Order: sequence, then C-alpha cells, then structure tokens
Amino acid sequence: MRLWRSLFCAFVLLGSIAPARADQPLLADLSSHLIAITTGFVGTSVTLFGATDGPGDIVAIVRGPERDVMVRQKRHLAGLWINALNVTFASAPSYYAIYSNRPLGEVAPANVAALHQMGISNVRLDLRDPQTPADRTTTFRAALVADQRGQGVYAEYTQSVSFLGDRLFRATISFPANVPIGTYLVEVLLVRNGNVVAGQTTPLVVSEIGVNADLNDFAYRFAALYGFAAVAGAVLLGWLSSLPFRNK
Amino acid sequence: MGILDIYLPIAGVSLDVVWLLVLGAAVGVLSGVFGVGGGFLLTPLLIFIGVPPAVAVASSANQLVGASVSGALAHWRRGNVDVVMGVLMLLGGLAGSAFGVWIFTLLRRLGQVELVISLSYATLLSILGWLMLVESSRAWLRRRKPGQPRRKLHQHNWLHGLPLKLRFRRSKLYISALLPIFLGFFVGVLSAVLGVGGGFIMVPAMIYLLRMPTAVVPGTSLFQIIFVTSSVTVLQAIENNTVDVVLALVLLVGGVIGAQLGTRWGAKLRGEELRALMALLVLAVAAKLVFDLTVRPDNLFSVVGLDT
Repeated sequence: MRLWRSLFCAFVLLGSIAPARADQPLLADLSSHLIAITTGFVGTSVTLFGATDGPGDIVAIVRGPERDVMVRQKRHLAGLWINALNVTFASAPSYYAIYSNRPLGEVAPANVAALHQMGISNVRLDLRDPQTPADRTTTFRAALVADQRGQGVYAEYTQSVSFLGDRLFRATISFPANVPIGTYLVEVLLVRNGNVVAGQTTPLVVSEIGVNADLNDFAYRFAALYGFAAVAGAVLLGWLSSLPFRNK
Repeated sequence: MGILDIYLPIAGVSLDVVWLLVLGAAVGVLSGVFGVGGGFLLTPLLIFIGVPPAVAVASSANQLVGASVSGALAHWRRGNVDVVMGVLMLLGGLAGSAFGVWIFTLLRRLGQVELVISLSYATLLSILGWLMLVESSRAWLRRRKPGQPRRKLHQHNWLHGLPLKLRFRRSKLYISALLPIFLGFFVGVLSAVLGVGGGFIMVPAMIYLLRMPTAVVPGTSLFQIIFVTSSVTVLQAIENNTVDVVLALVLLVGGVIGAQLGTRWGAKLRGEELRALMALLVLAVAAKLVFDLTVRPDNLFSVVGLDT
C-alpha cells in the first residue's frame, strides 16, 4: 500500500514539471526513480544525467522528507551530566546531499547559495519556538548538522558532477543503508556566472518492497495481532530450540 | 557493512546478521546461568549498534520472551521451577507494573524522568551488588575452612510471622503467600519505571529475602519473566508500533542457543560462586551507570526525530 501511495505521489510530481521544450537550457533525469529497500538492502546509487545548452556549473540537491527534530544538550549540574536544554527545529530535511562539478564557493556567491539552499550551511532549519535565543540557535544548529553528517544523511560532494564536453553531464547519487523512507526531490540547477539560469526538479521514491513492506504494513494496521504473533513466534522458537537439549 | 547484512523493517536500518547472532547468544548465556532476562545489557548494545532506542527496547522484550521460554524449559526438566511461587510473584508483578506506569507518567510530568531512573537504578544496584558480593565471598571462605560452625539453614525473622502461610515444596519453604506477592509487586513497579524485565532485582531478592535455594531461583525467575516480557511486547506493539520481529527473531536464534549452554554451565557452578558472579555483574552495571552520569560525555548534544 505504502509503495502505491508513494508511486502515486511520484506521478503527480512528475506531471507538475514543465513540459520539455526543444530550446530548454537544462534537461536532466535519473536512471531510476525508485529505490526499493529489500531484505538485503545495504545502500544503493542512481545515476543523474542530462544536458545543458552551453557551458555552466551544475548543482544537484537531493532532499528527503521533512520532519521536526529536537536537539538536547547535557549540562553539568550538581556533579551529574543531565539533559538540561533543548531546541526543536521544524521541518528539517531528513536527508540532504549536494553534488556539484566544483567547490560551491566558486559556483555561486553567498547570497545566491543561501537563496537556493546550496550547501549544508544554507539548509533552512526553522525554529519551532521563535522565542529561542539567537546564540543558542547557532550552537544547536551546528550540533544537529554534525549529528546528521555523522550518520551520513547530510553530505556535500563537490566535484562529483562530471562533464562530457561542454554540454553533457552525469553524477552518481549514492544512498546509505540508513536512508530515510519517503518521497525525495532531486533539484538540478544550472548556474552561469554565479546566477541560477535554469532548474529542474525530479522526484525519487525510497520505499520498502516485498516482505519488509508487508511486515511494516501489518505492524501498523493490525498492531495487536502483530504483537500477539510476535510473542507466539518467540515462544515457539524458544520451545523448538530446547527440544534437542532434552534428556541431557 | 558486515559479512551478511539484513534489513530490519521496523527499525529501518541494515545490520550484520552474524553480529546480531553473537549478541543474542551472549545475552542468552547470561539468561541461562543467572535467570536474568538480560534486557539491561541487550537494549543499550542494540542502541549502540544503530537501532533506534524505542525499537531496541520493544524488540528486546520480544526476544526475551523466547529466550526465557527456552531457559525456563531447560530448568523445568531439571525440576528447578517453583510454579506456585512464580505464579504468586507474577500476580503481584502485574499489579505492580500498572502502579509503576502511573508513577512513570507522574515523573515525566515533573520532568527529568531519565535522571530519576538512572540515579535510583545506580543506587539500588550498587547496594545489591555489594551485599551479594560480601555474602557470597563469606560463604565461599566458610566452605574452604571446615570445622567452623555451620550456619542454620535459614534464620527466622518477622517475615515468617506473616499470615496466609503456604508450603512451597520445590523451594523447601513454609512462608506467607504475601511475601512473593509483595516482592512481585515491588519488582513490577521497578520494571515499569526502569523499563527492564526485573530479573536483576528479582533474583537477589529471591535468594536473600525469600531465602530460596539458589538452584531453584533462575528457573522460577525465568518462568515469571516470560509473562512480564510477553505483556510488554504486546503493549509496545499496540501503543508504539516499535516491535521489530525480524530483529527479535534473529537475536532469538542466537539467544536460545546461548540460554541452553548457560543453563548447563550454571548447573556446574556452586551456589556461592553463582552468587558472586552475579554480584560482579550487578556492580559492573552500576559502575557503568555512575560513569555515564558523572563523566563528561564526548558529545553533549543528542538528536531526537519527532513525528509530525
């Protein structure tokens, strides 16, 4: 069910993209729009490829579904380290990866990079509580980014887009094993002399497939039955395992 | 990346099957030898290798159901399960865990529930571990030096004056039925608040408070843990959808082998040796808790994803 819903979203998104014109400055697509997570999933990659109408820089931003995130900080109080402060960020991307053909600083000036959220430092992270003191925001933002980078879900791959001549480009977009599930957007930007002259957004669906998806679906829709089945399975396995050791 | 990765549907991560089997087996050995569930070790280890905490807690409970069935059956065949005692403790335990959940909600409303849990856990385990270590080493020394007067089988105190006396044949005890019920209640409260099966507190209490023979303790404790962990698994599945059956079953395959081996090794150990080892284990867990609370952590920040 989850898969069908995701695919449906993907088609709706595909439909919303402007129809291709012959004189389009930028055309790009992915080798696959679906990442299927099966039992043996250890991460995967898709190829981004496309063409431009002339020289320029290519920046591709891969964003996962958004969710709220709470960052907590421990403090030393009365000899103990305890969680004392927390800041919640609203609608933070669960996945953010940026690919470009050369370092982002050389591609676009700071204001353009900020506008298009180019680079991890430009990812928009809003505070759920606007009253949060500004100095605290900076340190907590840095902590969140460091944590997500450590988990491999926030990443920058500069010099990862390669050109074939002036017009054809390609990049390998890789996803780790812990890639969050949901509908992703891959935004491809053509930058010329520091200005974004064209952009195209392509959806990408990360979804569980087969037994995994069925189990997940069952766990949510028939939670009580799932719980009893889990206990029954464990009891059965426990009993079976003790049989060979009998009479010893 | 490991030798043979498997994707866990509820946890949403890929982990190495071989590691999970080893982890399950190690915890299974503990469960077979001492009659503790091992949740206190399994849960933090799972979190350490990348399973989300909520899924780790719930799936550990599921795996403990199977591990304790396996362990309890092995003890049963040796006649080392006191069913009457176990059922009485279970009755107290169910009431206690309901009361414990109420306390937990109250603590959470007051804030700092984690701190209260860690502190009370550390204090309890330190005292318990130390008392057990002293007692078991004394018993061991006494055995090494024969000729000293042998202590009475068990001392009588005010606990033996309680009404509703019952004969527990397996445990060779004639005590009030209220004792195991109260003990079960107390452990039930603790296990609801601390989020563990409670074998850790139950086992020493059965040895020292009820003065049950050491041989009967692990089997009876496991018998009781089967029911506690089953109810936790079902409740977690309904309330939080956090039980990962794939994770639990892989851990269990390792766990049941470990539990069978543990039961045999446990049978070869003498009572006081078993108690001394258990004491060291309790003290190690307490030391870890104190360490985590007092030593400056590497990373002061932690990130929690919230469902929107």
